[in-house]
Amino acid sequence: MNYAELFRLLIPETIVVLTALAVLFYDVVWMRDAERSERLAGVVGIGCVGCLAPIFLMVLVPVDGSLTNCMLVMDSTARLVKISILLLTFFTLLASADLRFTRHIGEYFALILLTTVGLMLMASSEELLMMFVSLELASLSLYTLTAFNKSNPRSAEAALKYFLFGGMSAAFLLFGLSLIYGLAGSTNLRHIATALAGKGIDPLLLIAMVMVVIGFGFKVAAVPFHLWAPDTYQGAPTQSAALIASGSKVAGFFLFAKVMMFGLAGAEGSAGWHNFTSGWLPLLATVAVFSMLLGNFAALAQTSVKRLLAYSAIAHAGYALLGIMAHNQHGLASVIYYAITYGFAVIGAFSVVSIVEDQMGGDKLEHFSGLSRRSPVLALSLLVFVLSLAGIPPLAGFFGKFYVFTAAVAAEPKSLGLLWIVILAIATSAVSLYYYLQILKRAYVTEPSTAIPPVPVLWIRKVAVVLLAIIVLLLGCLPDFLLQHIAAAFPQFGQW
Amino acid sequence: MLAWTIYLSFAGAALLMLLPERDARLARMLALATALAGAICALGGMIQQGASSEIVTIARHPWIPSLGIEYHLAADGISLVMVLLTGIAAIVGILFSWNIEHRAREFFALYLALIGGVYGVFLSFDLFLLFVFYEIAIIPKYFLIAIWGSTNREYGAMKLALYSFVGSALVLIGLIAAYVVAGATSFDLLTLAKFSFPENFQYWAFPLIFIGFAILAGLWPFHTWAPTGHVAAPTGASMLLAGVVMKLGAYGALRVAMTLFPQGLLAWQNELALLATVGIVYGALVALTQKDFKFVIGYSSVSHMGFVMLGLLTLNEIGISGAVLQMFSHGIIAGLLFGVVGRMVYDRTYTRDLTALEGMGLLKAIPFAGVVFALASMASMGLPGFSGFVAELQVIIGAWQAFPTLAVFAGLGILIGVVYTLRALQKSFFGETTEVALTTHAKPLEPITVPERFGAVILIAITLVIGLYPRLLLDYIVPSFDSPLFEALRKGELL
Repeated sequence: MNYAELFRLLIPETIVVLTALAVLFYDVVWMRDAERSERLAGVVGIGCVGCLAPIFLMVLVPVDGSLTNCMLVMDSTARLVKISILLLTFFTLLASADLRFTRHIGEYFALILLTTVGLMLMASSEELLMMFVSLELASLSLYTLTAFNKSNPRSAEAALKYFLFGGMSAAFLLFGLSLIYGLAGSTNLRHIATALAGKGIDPLLLIAMVMVVIGFGFKVAAVPFHLWAPDTYQGAPTQSAALIASGSKVAGFFLFAKVMMFGLAGAEGSAGWHNFTSGWLPLLATVAVFSMLLGNFAALAQTSVKRLLAYSAIAHAGYALLGIMAHNQHGLASVIYYAITYGFAVIGAFSVVSIVEDQMGGDKLEHFSGLSRRSPVLALSLLVFVLSLAGIPPLAGFFGKFYVFTAAVAAEPKSLGLLWIVILAIATSAVSLYYYLQILKRAYVTEPSTAIPPVPVLWIRKVAVVLLAIIVLLLGCLPDFLLQHIAAAFPQFGQW
Repeated sequence: MLAWTIYLSFAGAALLMLLPERDARLARMLALATALAGAICALGGMIQQGASSEIVTIARHPWIPSLGIEYHLAADGISLVMVLLTGIAAIVGILFSWNIEHRAREFFALYLALIGGVYGVFLSFDLFLLFVFYEIAIIPKYFLIAIWGSTNREYGAMKLALYSFVGSALVLIGLIAAYVVAGATSFDLLTLAKFSFPENFQYWAFPLIFIGFAILAGLWPFHTWAPTGHVAAPTGASMLLAGVVMKLGAYGALRVAMTLFPQGLLAWQNELALLATVGIVYGALVALTQKDFKFVIGYSSVSHMGFVMLGLLTLNEIGISGAVLQMFSHGIIAGLLFGVVGRMVYDRTYTRDLTALEGMGLLKAIPFAGVVFALASMASMGLPGFSGFVAELQVIIGAWQAFPTLAVFAGLGILIGVVYTLRALQKSFFGETTEVALTTHAKPLEPITVPERFGAVILIAITLVIGLYPRLLLDYIVPSFDSPLFEALRKGELL
């Protein structure tokens, strides 16, 4: 193995790891006795530089390559996903700029950065072992981040739930991966596909696929592996929840799509209406249908905005699965576009929620009453994020949904086999407008109920929110900006 | 030039958001200036393009090349007429919203955003783009009603938003399916209209898209959002809703569903025409029994929009051109009626209960409103000389050729229309003044303001001009049916 080559490909991750260590060192060694705001300023500053530097590096000096059995793959798509993850982390850091619930500032930020390393490695591995290890690195850091608010028992409960479900599903995933290795004799996704080609659907392979779907279904919070999501989103510190909902989803979906589309290519089966044949398509179809139904209908009844966003995340997982089900060039591109734009919208929504939480003392719908009178800029940004999640043009969420749906229908252009599930998706997303409008109704229509003056928050958090709103708007108006980076990356798929 | 109607409206909306919050006057002036500029662009574009069968491209750029989506604005005669209507309605709506003081900046920003979306729909010739503009129009409507509305505003706003969204969901399913079946290379309307879709596909895709759009046009039995929405909305917004937003639905049904799927249209023609006729009669009958002044107008809108849908479905030139003319005419007349009810009467008396209004002697208190409403009623009843007469006559002639029985019922709808309009006119302005009312109304009503007068005069003048010389618009509308867009319809000898 060539270590120089390895290092060349790993520079971005290395920078983030070093930043995590630097943050820890800076805070623990130098700043232990300093003012809280100074400690935070230093830590956030270092962290932000540590996130932006690899982005610039990847944009200015793009390095392509593939190492040691596809353990580490760098191409334009992986780069795009990594840049998005880094940006999402960047905004998580800004949202935490006046963190109030913990004394352990250095540790908190170091864990965020370590999660990011795990997510970035997920994005560039096409090999089962590396995949699993990076997934665990990210997950373990996220469990700890969830439990970080020690004064709130809900935070501990959330972390325990998250950890127990996560540990269980990791076991399933590992079992599934080991079966696949046993059947194919390789851990490289592309070799697996060649080894499995033409063998038909072995019962053992079917079990393996079920296990893999369980493992990733947990990661992306799809029904019936979603049970952790509402409690974790609600109980976790809002900034941690933001990272779980955004960066972790982006990496999770990208990896899920790669495993299904590359590794299990040829074992799709069919999920056409009245035409189910065994393979992973019917599995995903089932999971997607229940996610869309349960997510959207359960969200209607929520009063806590974070919990509402958790159910909406379940529904969104259902939509995004349609892109994986398309299993072609456009399917993959649509999943990536969807996950990235969803990540930006949702981290924006969580940033606004965290500000409102700090200002008004809670994340219930009534705490948003009269937000537009208190802070028009914040309310307008919230409008952008929420309408993007609802899929209203010209925001990014609209094109994301549109692209995923189109890709799914176009996967079988002759029979329109997947049209039934797209119809269901569009119908449930019409339902979703109701609960999204509930949030906006509070923010714009309801007059503020009490005269309690809001607690001020740090200006940079508002700046971050506005930046995110602009990103969501621009990605929606000019989707081609992302698409052109994705499209060229997978030549093995033909055009549709 | 026409494209500027869209850009100006959105720019105006954005600019308004930057204004200081307290200054309602500045917001009003800026909104009016934007709407005027938009209307001038619309009129200028109309004159510049002239009446021909050509579809003139305004702007065409690749937008999302990997999916074959283009930013394609163009206009034919039908678009031009609708764009002109939007320009007029926008100006008048602002004149009738002159008394908005509460959060005026946001009101006019949302108002202009809605207008921008509507202009966009009428000028889009790429279906993806058309859909984008169509959905952009939904959200401002919700907030306009929910924040500034009256009776049951939050319910009415949510109902309207959800109905619109469900309608657009149906349209979206149909559009994606049509795009994939046609080879997944283009959303261009002209390209898709040339493609001959398989017959069994047309059979289910046509009703999907047609009804998806028709929900917004108030087609019975999907009309229930319309009366509640109109009643709950503030005056300016209900003028826009009835004046142009309902037309978006009818326009979409004509422009997309009918041109793409001629065979599907033929298969469903009778059933849908029946729904349209039921809407005409039902809307009129319900209007007859309403106690709330604004509900009368709300249901009359359902009835009049039934004429538009019926005209479209006749599939003969006189019927369809009548339908397009009726869209324009109803946009003007409904705007006028809602202006009188919502602004001139309700904002002064704070009641819309016809029985209560009966005793107030409004004709003496605000004579200008009485005269305007009498003229508007005449126009709404379809008296010769007003635009409604020409339009509804054309529709009935067209319907007589296509489905004689339904034409009789549509005629019946006009008769009931006369009854409920006269009833409303009688109760509202020509009631006997009781003594109780005279004593309780010690304070005289605020006189009709200048902006209201302007608005009313503009609308009355237009309905008279079109009523006396309909060729002004028909010369634009009729040649459009010779464009390549309607080729499939002509080929089947449907048109």
